[in-house]
Amino acid sequence: MNKKLTFLNGAKIGIPIGLGYFAVAFSLGISAKNAGLTALQAGFASLLLNASAGEYALFTLIASGAGYLEVAIMELVANARYLLMSCALSQKLSPKTKLPQRLLIGVAVTDEMFGASIARPEKVSHWYYFGMMAVAVPCWSLGTVLGVAVGSILPPLAVAALSVSLYGMFMAIIVPEAKRNLIIMGVIAISFILSFLTTVIPFIKNIPNGTMIIILTVAISTVAALLFPVKVEEDECNE
Amino acid sequence: MNKAVLYILVAFVVTYAIRVLPLTLLRKPIKSRFIRSFLYYVPYVTLAVMTFPAVLETTENIWSGLAAFVIGLIVAYISGNLFIVALSSCAAVVVVELVLKYIL
Repeated sequence: MNKKLTFLNGAKIGIPIGLGYFAVAFSLGISAKNAGLTALQAGFASLLLNASAGEYALFTLIASGAGYLEVAIMELVANARYLLMSCALSQKLSPKTKLPQRLLIGVAVTDEMFGASIARPEKVSHWYYFGMMAVAVPCWSLGTVLGVAVGSILPPLAVAALSVSLYGMFMAIIVPEAKRNLIIMGVIAISFILSFLTTVIPFIKNIPNGTMIIILTVAISTVAALLFPVKVEEDECNE
Repeated sequence: MNKAVLYILVAFVVTYAIRVLPLTLLRKPIKSRFIRSFLYYVPYVTLAVMTFPAVLETTENIWSGLAAFVIGLIVAYISGNLFIVALSSCAAVVVVELVLKYIL
Protein backbone atom coordinates (compact mmCIF):
# COMPACT_ATOMS: atom_id res chain seq x y z
CA MET A 1 0.00 0.00 0.00
CA ASN A 2 1.30 3.47 -0.73
CA LYS A 3 2.34 5.90 1.99
CA LYS A 4 -0.43 8.44 1.44
CA LEU A 5 -3.22 5.89 1.66
CA THR A 6 -1.72 4.29 4.78
CA PHE A 7 -1.40 7.71 6.38
CA LEU A 8 -5.02 8.53 5.56
CA ASN A 9 -6.20 5.19 6.97
CA GLY A 10 -4.41 6.04 10.21
CA ALA A 11 -5.92 9.52 10.23
CA LYS A 12 -9.40 8.01 9.85
CA ILE A 13 -8.88 5.91 12.99
CA GLY A 14 -7.49 9.03 14.66
CA ILE A 15 -10.81 10.89 14.34
CA PRO A 16 -12.84 9.01 17.01
CA ILE A 17 -9.74 8.89 19.22
CA GLY A 18 -9.24 12.63 18.80
CA LEU A 19 -12.87 13.32 19.65
CA GLY A 20 -12.52 11.57 22.99
CA TYR A 21 -9.18 13.27 23.60
CA PHE A 22 -10.67 16.67 22.99
CA ALA A 23 -13.32 16.25 25.70
CA VAL A 24 -10.88 14.81 28.22
CA ALA A 25 -8.13 17.33 27.46
CA PHE A 26 -10.59 20.13 28.05
CA SER A 27 -11.07 18.96 31.62
CA LEU A 28 -7.32 18.55 31.94
CA GLY A 29 -7.01 22.21 30.89
CA ILE A 30 -9.27 23.19 33.77
CA SER A 31 -6.97 21.47 36.26
CA ALA A 32 -3.93 23.05 34.56
CA LYS A 33 -5.54 26.45 35.06
CA ASN A 34 -6.16 25.64 38.73
CA ALA A 35 -2.44 24.85 39.02
CA GLY A 36 -1.66 28.34 37.71
CA LEU A 37 -0.51 27.38 34.21
CA THR A 38 -1.15 29.57 31.18
CA ALA A 39 -2.97 28.21 28.13
CA LEU A 40 0.31 28.13 26.21
CA GLN A 41 2.16 26.20 28.95
CA ALA A 42 -0.68 23.69 29.27
CA GLY A 43 -0.80 23.21 25.50
CA PHE A 44 2.98 22.71 25.47
CA ALA A 45 2.63 20.08 28.24
CA SER A 46 -0.03 18.22 26.25
CA LEU A 47 1.99 18.35 23.03
CA LEU A 48 5.05 16.84 24.74
CA LEU A 49 3.42 14.44 27.20
CA ASN A 50 0.26 13.04 25.55
CA ALA A 51 -0.61 11.34 28.83
CA SER A 52 -3.85 11.86 30.74
CA ALA A 53 -2.79 10.47 34.11
CA GLY A 54 0.75 11.79 33.75
CA GLU A 55 -0.42 15.33 33.02
CA TYR A 56 -3.10 15.27 35.68
CA ALA A 57 -0.48 14.17 38.21
CA LEU A 58 1.92 16.85 36.96
CA PHE A 59 -0.64 19.63 37.38
CA THR A 60 -1.61 18.35 40.84
CA LEU A 61 2.04 18.36 41.90
CA ILE A 62 2.70 21.84 40.47
CA ALA A 63 -0.37 23.09 42.37
CA SER A 64 0.93 21.63 45.63
CA GLY A 65 4.42 23.08 45.08
CA ALA A 66 6.18 19.70 44.90
CA GLY A 67 9.87 19.28 44.01
CA TYR A 68 11.28 18.18 40.65
CA LEU A 69 12.32 14.77 41.97
CA GLU A 70 8.78 14.10 43.13
CA VAL A 71 7.52 15.04 39.66
CA ALA A 72 10.02 12.65 38.07
CA ILE A 73 9.02 9.73 40.34
CA MET A 74 5.34 10.49 39.86
CA GLU A 75 5.70 10.44 36.06
CA LEU A 76 7.55 7.16 36.29
CA VAL A 77 4.65 5.63 38.20
CA ALA A 78 1.78 7.26 36.29
CA ASN A 79 3.31 6.33 32.93
CA ALA A 80 4.87 2.96 33.75
CA ARG A 81 2.21 1.26 31.67
CA TYR A 82 3.67 2.81 28.52
CA LEU A 83 6.81 0.75 29.07
CA LEU A 84 4.82 -2.44 28.46
CA MET A 85 2.87 -0.89 25.59
CA SER A 86 6.04 0.32 23.86
CA CYS A 87 7.53 -3.16 24.22
CA ALA A 88 4.54 -4.65 22.46
CA LEU A 89 4.31 -1.85 19.90
CA SER A 90 7.99 -2.27 19.05
CA GLN A 91 7.21 -5.80 17.86
CA LYS A 92 4.04 -4.69 16.08
CA LEU A 93 5.73 -1.98 14.00
CA SER A 94 6.99 -2.98 10.60
CA PRO A 95 10.61 -4.21 10.93
CA LYS A 96 11.55 -1.60 8.32
CA THR A 97 10.71 1.24 10.73
CA LYS A 98 13.83 3.38 11.11
CA LEU A 99 15.22 5.08 14.21
CA PRO A 100 13.97 8.65 13.53
CA GLN A 101 10.51 7.25 12.87
CA ARG A 102 10.59 5.28 16.13
CA LEU A 103 11.74 8.40 17.98
CA LEU A 104 8.71 10.30 16.68
CA ILE A 105 6.24 7.51 17.49
CA GLY A 106 7.69 7.47 21.01
CA VAL A 107 6.24 10.92 21.69
CA ALA A 108 2.70 9.59 21.46
CA VAL A 109 2.42 6.01 22.65
CA THR A 110 -1.01 6.33 24.29
CA ASP A 111 -3.56 3.79 25.50
CA GLU A 112 -5.87 4.43 22.55
CA MET A 113 -3.34 4.64 19.73
CA PHE A 114 -1.55 1.60 21.12
CA GLY A 115 -4.90 -0.24 21.24
CA ALA A 116 -5.73 0.74 17.65
CA SER A 117 -2.31 -0.48 16.43
CA ILE A 118 -2.44 -3.80 18.26
CA ALA A 119 -5.96 -4.43 16.99
CA ARG A 120 -4.68 -4.55 13.40
CA PRO A 121 -4.02 -8.01 12.00
CA GLU A 122 -0.87 -7.05 10.06
CA LYS A 123 2.33 -5.21 11.02
CA VAL A 124 1.80 -1.48 11.48
CA SER A 125 3.55 0.98 9.17
CA HIS A 126 4.90 4.16 10.72
CA TRP A 127 2.80 6.09 8.19
CA TYR A 128 -0.32 4.60 9.77
CA TYR A 129 0.83 5.65 13.23
CA PHE A 130 1.75 9.14 11.97
CA GLY A 131 -1.75 9.39 10.49
CA MET A 132 -3.35 8.70 13.88
CA MET A 133 -0.96 11.12 15.58
CA ALA A 134 -1.70 13.85 13.04
CA VAL A 135 -5.34 13.91 14.16
CA ALA A 136 -5.23 12.83 17.79
CA VAL A 137 -2.27 14.88 19.07
CA PRO A 138 -3.61 18.29 17.90
CA CYS A 139 -7.03 17.42 19.38
CA TRP A 140 -5.37 16.66 22.70
CA SER A 141 -3.30 19.87 22.76
CA LEU A 142 -6.08 22.09 21.45
CA GLY A 143 -8.52 20.67 24.02
CA THR A 144 -6.07 21.48 26.82
CA VAL A 145 -5.50 25.03 25.54
CA LEU A 146 -9.24 25.64 25.30
CA GLY A 147 -9.80 24.13 28.75
CA VAL A 148 -7.49 26.75 30.24
CA ALA A 149 -8.80 29.61 28.11
CA VAL A 150 -12.53 28.95 28.18
CA GLY A 151 -12.79 27.05 31.46
CA SER A 152 -13.24 30.27 33.42
CA ILE A 153 -15.96 31.66 31.16
CA LEU A 154 -18.17 28.57 31.30
CA PRO A 155 -20.89 28.34 33.97
CA PRO A 156 -19.82 26.34 37.09
CA LEU A 157 -22.18 23.49 36.21
CA ALA A 158 -20.52 22.96 32.82
CA VAL A 159 -17.06 23.11 34.40
CA ALA A 160 -18.07 20.55 37.04
CA ALA A 161 -19.50 18.23 34.39
CA LEU A 162 -16.47 18.50 32.11
CA SER A 163 -14.06 18.05 35.01
CA VAL A 164 -15.21 14.48 35.57
CA SER A 165 -14.58 13.44 31.96
CA LEU A 166 -10.93 12.78 32.87
CA TYR A 167 -12.05 10.22 35.44
CA GLY A 168 -14.37 8.79 32.79
CA MET A 169 -11.30 8.18 30.66
CA PHE A 170 -9.48 6.46 33.51
CA MET A 171 -12.49 4.19 34.10
CA ALA A 172 -12.75 3.44 30.38
CA ILE A 173 -9.16 2.17 30.54
CA ILE A 174 -9.34 0.02 33.69
CA VAL A 175 -12.89 -1.40 33.73
CA PRO A 176 -12.84 -3.42 30.47
CA GLU A 177 -9.82 -5.38 31.73
CA ALA A 178 -11.55 -5.94 35.09
CA LYS A 179 -14.44 -7.47 33.17
CA ARG A 180 -12.10 -10.08 31.65
CA ASN A 181 -9.91 -10.63 34.68
CA LEU A 182 -11.30 -11.07 38.20
CA ILE A 183 -7.89 -10.49 39.81
CA ILE A 184 -7.76 -7.06 38.18
CA MET A 185 -11.27 -6.40 39.43
CA GLY A 186 -10.17 -7.24 42.97
CA VAL A 187 -7.01 -5.15 42.65
CA ILE A 188 -9.04 -2.16 41.46
CA ALA A 189 -11.59 -2.55 44.27
CA ILE A 190 -8.83 -2.72 46.89
CA SER A 191 -7.17 0.33 45.30
CA PHE A 192 -10.43 2.31 45.58
CA ILE A 193 -10.88 1.29 49.23
CA LEU A 194 -7.30 1.96 50.35
CA SER A 195 -7.20 5.24 48.44
CA PHE A 196 -10.38 6.32 50.20
CA LEU A 197 -9.06 5.26 53.61
CA THR A 198 -5.88 7.30 53.18
CA THR A 199 -8.01 10.43 52.86
CA VAL A 200 -9.88 9.87 56.14
CA ILE A 201 -7.39 8.25 58.55
CA PRO A 202 -5.79 10.87 60.83
CA PHE A 203 -2.11 11.74 60.12
CA ILE A 204 -2.09 9.65 56.93
CA LYS A 205 -4.58 12.05 55.36
CA ASN A 206 -2.03 14.87 55.77
CA ILE A 207 0.40 13.18 53.35
CA PRO A 208 0.32 15.07 50.02
CA ASN A 209 -1.93 13.53 47.39
CA GLY A 210 0.81 12.93 44.81
CA THR A 211 3.05 11.15 47.31
CA MET A 212 0.16 8.95 48.44
CA ILE A 213 -0.57 7.91 44.83
CA ILE A 214 3.04 6.76 44.46
CA ILE A 215 3.06 4.88 47.78
CA LEU A 216 -0.25 3.12 47.12
CA THR A 217 0.63 2.20 43.53
CA VAL A 218 3.99 0.67 44.42
CA ALA A 219 2.63 -1.13 47.51
CA ILE A 220 -0.53 -2.59 45.95
CA SER A 221 1.18 -3.56 42.66
CA THR A 222 4.02 -5.27 44.54
CA VAL A 223 1.61 -7.33 46.65
CA ALA A 224 -0.47 -8.21 43.57
CA ALA A 225 2.64 -9.21 41.60
CA LEU A 226 3.82 -11.44 44.46
CA LEU A 227 0.44 -13.08 45.05
CA PHE A 228 -0.73 -13.32 41.43
CA PRO A 229 2.24 -13.30 39.04
CA VAL A 230 1.13 -13.10 35.41
CA LYS A 231 1.59 -16.07 33.13
CA VAL A 232 4.54 -16.25 30.79
CA GLU A 233 2.46 -16.19 27.61
CA GLU A 234 1.32 -12.68 28.48
CA ASP A 235 4.88 -11.56 27.92
CA GLU A 236 4.39 -8.61 25.62
CA CYS A 237 8.05 -8.14 24.84
CA ASN A 238 8.45 -11.55 23.22
CA GLU A 239 8.03 -12.08 19.53
CA MET B 1 13.52 29.70 32.64
CA ASN B 2 9.92 29.71 33.74
CA LYS B 3 9.31 27.30 36.63
CA ALA B 4 6.23 25.68 35.09
CA VAL B 5 8.14 24.98 31.86
CA LEU B 6 10.93 23.34 33.86
CA TYR B 7 8.37 21.08 35.57
CA ILE B 8 6.94 20.15 32.17
CA LEU B 9 10.40 19.37 30.78
CA VAL B 10 11.22 17.10 33.75
CA ALA B 11 7.93 15.26 33.18
CA PHE B 12 8.67 15.03 29.44
CA VAL B 13 12.16 13.55 29.87
CA VAL B 14 10.85 10.77 32.16
CA THR B 15 7.74 10.05 30.08
CA TYR B 16 9.60 10.05 26.77
CA ALA B 17 12.32 7.75 28.12
CA ILE B 18 9.68 5.23 29.26
CA ARG B 19 8.10 5.18 25.81
CA VAL B 20 11.06 5.44 23.51
CA LEU B 21 13.56 3.06 25.15
CA PRO B 22 11.54 -0.09 24.40
CA LEU B 23 10.97 1.19 20.84
CA THR B 24 14.68 1.71 20.23
CA LEU B 25 17.32 0.26 22.56
CA LEU B 26 15.66 -2.20 24.93
CA ARG B 27 14.11 -4.45 22.35
CA LYS B 28 14.73 -7.65 24.29
CA PRO B 29 12.01 -9.17 26.50
CA ILE B 30 11.89 -8.38 30.22
CA LYS B 31 12.97 -11.65 31.84
CA SER B 32 11.89 -11.20 35.46
CA ARG B 33 8.42 -12.55 36.07
CA PHE B 34 8.05 -10.28 39.09
CA ILE B 35 8.87 -7.09 37.15
CA ARG B 36 6.54 -8.08 34.33
CA SER B 37 3.74 -8.77 36.82
CA PHE B 38 4.44 -5.54 38.69
CA LEU B 39 4.31 -3.51 35.45
CA TYR B 40 1.11 -5.29 34.47
CA TYR B 41 -0.68 -4.25 37.67
CA VAL B 42 0.68 -0.69 37.97
CA PRO B 43 -1.65 1.04 35.49
CA TYR B 44 -4.82 -0.40 37.00
CA VAL B 45 -3.78 0.50 40.53
CA THR B 46 -2.56 3.99 39.74
CA LEU B 47 -5.58 4.96 37.64
CA ALA B 48 -7.95 3.54 40.29
CA VAL B 49 -6.15 5.42 43.07
CA MET B 50 -6.24 8.64 41.05
CA THR B 51 -9.94 8.27 40.31
CA PHE B 52 -11.35 7.57 43.75
CA PRO B 53 -12.05 9.47 45.94
CA ALA B 54 -10.69 12.42 43.87
CA VAL B 55 -13.75 12.31 41.59
CA LEU B 56 -15.95 13.12 44.61
CA GLU B 57 -14.04 16.35 45.23
CA THR B 58 -14.17 17.59 41.64
CA THR B 59 -17.77 18.72 41.71
CA GLU B 60 -19.46 21.20 44.03
CA ASN B 61 -21.62 18.48 45.46
CA ILE B 62 -20.34 15.09 46.60
CA TRP B 63 -23.45 13.34 45.24
CA SER B 64 -22.92 14.46 41.67
CA GLY B 65 -19.31 13.27 41.89
CA LEU B 66 -20.51 9.93 43.21
CA ALA B 67 -23.03 9.71 40.37
CA ALA B 68 -20.26 10.38 37.83
CA PHE B 69 -18.20 7.61 39.43
CA VAL B 70 -20.96 4.99 39.54
CA ILE B 71 -22.35 5.78 36.08
CA GLY B 72 -18.79 5.83 34.69
CA LEU B 73 -18.08 2.37 36.10
CA ILE B 74 -21.34 0.93 34.76
CA VAL B 75 -20.99 2.44 31.28
CA ALA B 76 -17.32 1.43 31.09
CA TYR B 77 -18.36 -2.12 31.99
CA ILE B 78 -20.95 -2.17 29.22
CA SER B 79 -19.22 -0.20 26.45
CA GLY B 80 -15.58 0.57 27.25
CA ASN B 81 -15.55 3.37 24.67
CA LEU B 82 -13.62 6.35 26.02
CA PHE B 83 -15.85 9.04 24.53
CA ILE B 84 -19.12 7.39 25.64
CA VAL B 85 -17.86 6.76 29.18
CA ALA B 86 -16.56 10.33 29.57
CA LEU B 87 -19.80 11.78 28.21
CA SER B 88 -21.96 9.60 30.50
CA SER B 89 -20.03 10.76 33.56
CA CYS B 90 -20.48 14.39 32.52
CA ALA B 91 -24.20 13.85 31.95
CA ALA B 92 -24.57 12.23 35.39
CA VAL B 93 -23.09 15.35 37.01
CA VAL B 94 -25.44 17.68 35.12
CA VAL B 95 -28.52 15.63 35.98
CA VAL B 96 -27.71 15.25 39.69
CA GLU B 97 -26.68 18.90 40.13
CA LEU B 98 -29.86 20.11 38.43
CA VAL B 99 -32.08 17.77 40.44
CA LEU B 100 -30.47 18.84 43.72
CA LYS B 101 -30.78 22.52 42.81
CA TYR B 102 -34.25 22.77 41.37
CA ILE B 103 -36.25 19.72 42.40
CA LEU B 104 -35.17 18.65 45.88
